[in-house]
Amino acid sequence: MSLNSVGRPTRPVSDTPGAGFASLSGGRGLLQDEALIFERSSWTGTGVDLPEPEAGSEDLGGLVRAEPLRLPGLSEPETVRHYVRLSQKNHAIDLALYPLGSCTMKHNPRLNEKLARLPGFADLHPLAPVSAVQGALALMDLLAHWLKTLTGMPAVALSPKAGAHGELCGLLAIRAAHAAHGQTRRRLVLTPTSAHGTNPATAAFVGYEVMEIGQTADGRVDLEDLAAKLTDEVAAIMVTNPNTCGLFERDILEISRLTHAAGAYFYCDGANFNAIVGRVRPGDLGVDAMHINLHKTFSTPHGGGGPGSGPVVLSEALAPFAPTPWVVHDGEGFRLVEETEAEASQAFGRMTAFHGQMGMFVRAYAYMLSHGADGLRQAAEDAVLNANYIKARLSGVMSAAFPDGPCMHEALFDDRWLEGTGVTTLDFAKAMIDEGFHPMTMYFPLVVHGAMLIEPTESESLAELDRFCDALLGLAGAALSGDMDRFTSAPHLAPLRRLDETLAARKPRLTWRPAEPGVAPAPLAAE
Amino acid sequence: MRYLPLNAADRRHMLGVIGAASADDLFADVPTPARLSAPVDLPYHAGEIEVERELSALAALNRPAGAGPFFCGAGAYRHQVPATVDHIIQRSEFLTSYTPYQPEIAQGTLQVLFEFQTQVAALLGMEVANASLYDGSTACAEAVMMARRITRRRKAVLSGGLHPHYAAVTATIATAEGMEIARRPAAVDAEADVLAAIDSETACVVVQTPNVFGTVTDVTAIAEAAHAAGALLVVVTTEVVALGLLKTPGEMGADIAVAEGQSLGVGLNFGGPYVGLFACREKFVRQMPGRLCGETVDAEGRRGFVLTLSTREQHIRREKATSNICTNSGLCALAFSIHMTLLGGTGLRRLAEVNHGRARTLAQALGAVPGVEVLTPRFFNEVAIRVPGPAAALVEALAGEGILAGVPVSRLDPPAGLDDVLLLAATETTTAADIDSLVAALSRRTRG
Repeated sequence: MSLNSVGRPTRPVSDTPGAGFASLSGGRGLLQDEALIFERSSWTGTGVDLPEPEAGSEDLGGLVRAEPLRLPGLSEPETVRHYVRLSQKNHAIDLALYPLGSCTMKHNPRLNEKLARLPGFADLHPLAPVSAVQGALALMDLLAHWLKTLTGMPAVALSPKAGAHGELCGLLAIRAAHAAHGQTRRRLVLTPTSAHGTNPATAAFVGYEVMEIGQTADGRVDLEDLAAKLTDEVAAIMVTNPNTCGLFERDILEISRLTHAAGAYFYCDGANFNAIVGRVRPGDLGVDAMHINLHKTFSTPHGGGGPGSGPVVLSEALAPFAPTPWVVHDGEGFRLVEETEAEASQAFGRMTAFHGQMGMFVRAYAYMLSHGADGLRQAAEDAVLNANYIKARLSGVMSAAFPDGPCMHEALFDDRWLEGTGVTTLDFAKAMIDEGFHPMTMYFPLVVHGAMLIEPTESESLAELDRFCDALLGLAGAALSGDMDRFTSAPHLAPLRRLDETLAARKPRLTWRPAEPGVAPAPLAAE
Repeated sequence: MRYLPLNAADRRHMLGVIGAASADDLFADVPTPARLSAPVDLPYHAGEIEVERELSALAALNRPAGAGPFFCGAGAYRHQVPATVDHIIQRSEFLTSYTPYQPEIAQGTLQVLFEFQTQVAALLGMEVANASLYDGSTACAEAVMMARRITRRRKAVLSGGLHPHYAAVTATIATAEGMEIARRPAAVDAEADVLAAIDSETACVVVQTPNVFGTVTDVTAIAEAAHAAGALLVVVTTEVVALGLLKTPGEMGADIAVAEGQSLGVGLNFGGPYVGLFACREKFVRQMPGRLCGETVDAEGRRGFVLTLSTREQHIRREKATSNICTNSGLCALAFSIHMTLLGGTGLRRLAEVNHGRARTLAQALGAVPGVEVLTPRFFNEVAIRVPGPAAALVEALAGEGILAGVPVSRLDPPAGLDDVLLLAATETTTAADIDSLVAALSRRTRG
């Protein structure tokens, strides 16, 4: 039973030891059991006091719904309690190190939250007259200036809503540029096997065929393979740098030279820009387009899976094809170019209804101002230093996937060191939960067997890094000495034990439905 | 630097453990010509005081919706968000957690998503909903791409009542993938105009109700026509509060229903972040884009929730995924769900009634202004009016008087030739005094 080609188990083992002491009510100290909001006896309450509607008939043309909407309403205290109880079942970066490689779980400054909530930003309508939103447009212009300066690129499209949306934006610009030059035969996008899944998915989404580029033994793009595949049918390459193995592509200048010589464009996945911000400008590497995850490099909160923000910096060659809208400044002030006519006649289109993730722009800009050019550079250095420290401390026991030379902001291990123990990468990761840490990214990148990708970020103190390393070394010792139960049935101390993903996929239950009105459905049962 | 815990002694010690002489050594793989020897040409770090001062000065140059009479809508609506919502979403455990890939320590987020999916499905009258997309416009584009996968047809018919930006986003993405987009001419009340464009190549028909001009329409007949031709019906809603009072997309025969969820819990935010709602019939679930949360059990048989059906998604299926989406709009989905939990069906109905009542008052007042014609025949909380002269100039002039009078159609859709049409919305936040101010100012202008 597996989800991917590297054998990630998706079911718990059957012979799980008991949970030990049990309370009479099912409560667990501070950890409260909390039912679904739908499992309450009364659904007709509400936690919002509203005025009486104005009297009179309606102008809805007889479209009033026949059945009232059936959804439970909770008073304010019940609501607060419901969500606070649920919140206590989550791990969070504010609680402990969250070493998810490629995801960049760094501290989220609270000043940025405060500023994003100023009514001048938060209570602003996207289509209010431009005379009423000059400060918002100025902020977008300032953010664009910082992003262009930090990347050494001449243009930026701010509107993409996340990294993958930025990839889409970049590839659409590339497609438009090729079309403008009559290069319509170019149907291929080359990307390494180690790429984020979003790269091939995005290429396919806009109608390109995906061809994989091989990798060298030291975890970089295979230049010979790349050169051989760079035909006149290639539209673009998509390369992450630093790559998903946590390594800087040493031959990056040659990669971009070969790509341009073949008439293709270089799309750089900027998910790992946090490792090099302030030290390396992608524009100096020959990049034509790169998205910047504001929720990674510039620390806007991940919020349990979003919202993100994925502005795309563009080279001179691609800048004319950027999507609307964008901000311009003329003598009088700022205005928005919103339509694909006249001054935007080459724009490839529009990525989203309005102007992008303004709430994230405010936070990211505040983060940049706080750090400054010096602090951003130091943050990148500390992120890289922290990852190399972890790599150095763990390498004696765990097998680094690429032991030679420094890594960048994340340290990659494989599962060779677990051979013969019966413990898998998944087991090891789940045991980390019992030690109070979130697991690292597992089984990614796909080019390394049983991958464990650890990204500490610059937010961790030396003491916290040591606490983490000590815990992992302790676990590693247990694994190597045959303490199997600690791993195969982990986690033992989390709110729930290992969950049955196979059952969830085989009998999808995606919404709560009463077996009969008002009666809870029978729980799913494992076969 | 207040966000960086390491000090110089820590760094020296760590370099020693690593066996590197300096931090520069760690960047040895960067080609020499690409290394920056000094910080780039931008200001150096700043304390909270300076940062707050600069950002506050920028915010002060803007005119927030709450600063006076305000009637903008057209896909983003100002509603009262209970204080509880913002309090809860700022809890560390929600704000600073990641996608719940480790379900044992993410049951908080996962249960919220399961409740969110249930609320969204009920609200839209559909069988299943996903865990959110970026916003309504990208959800609309995803719905069209999904219809293409299901029907294996290449044409999408968009109604002239669809928000022009939604049409543009959909056309941008779908045409890149080789689809043909047939967008019908903009019209206040002509959803049925799509009927003539449906043929055997049609993958889906996209209609919006209430549409961008505020008109509410029963699209049941359009659903029947689409189905008779083997096409799917996609119903778009940009104002979900309307669903407290109106027939649902599901009731009218939608196969896929998408909506902008911004009205509940999220706020205006100058256009983002918002939250895309996406729901469909159960038989299409394996063609859905985005994350799905499902129920399961743990090793001790206790109920729990996990992300599921991930073989549709890019991190597993790569170029064969149903969409490239990864990050969605989790925190906004949480905000939406909290607001919906506070309202309940009872509260949403009341909220919808209050909105409709205010809009009726607004429409009657506008109809009494000489030279103004109310164009929207059936509406929820937004109406289109015809004014003498260009609406954009009128809006700018009224903004000078402190009144944000709505959105001119010329800004959304210049080629439509509706330069004298203005869209105005009223919500529970609109007062009788706001409407009086608007009408007085408008009367002075239209008379002159």
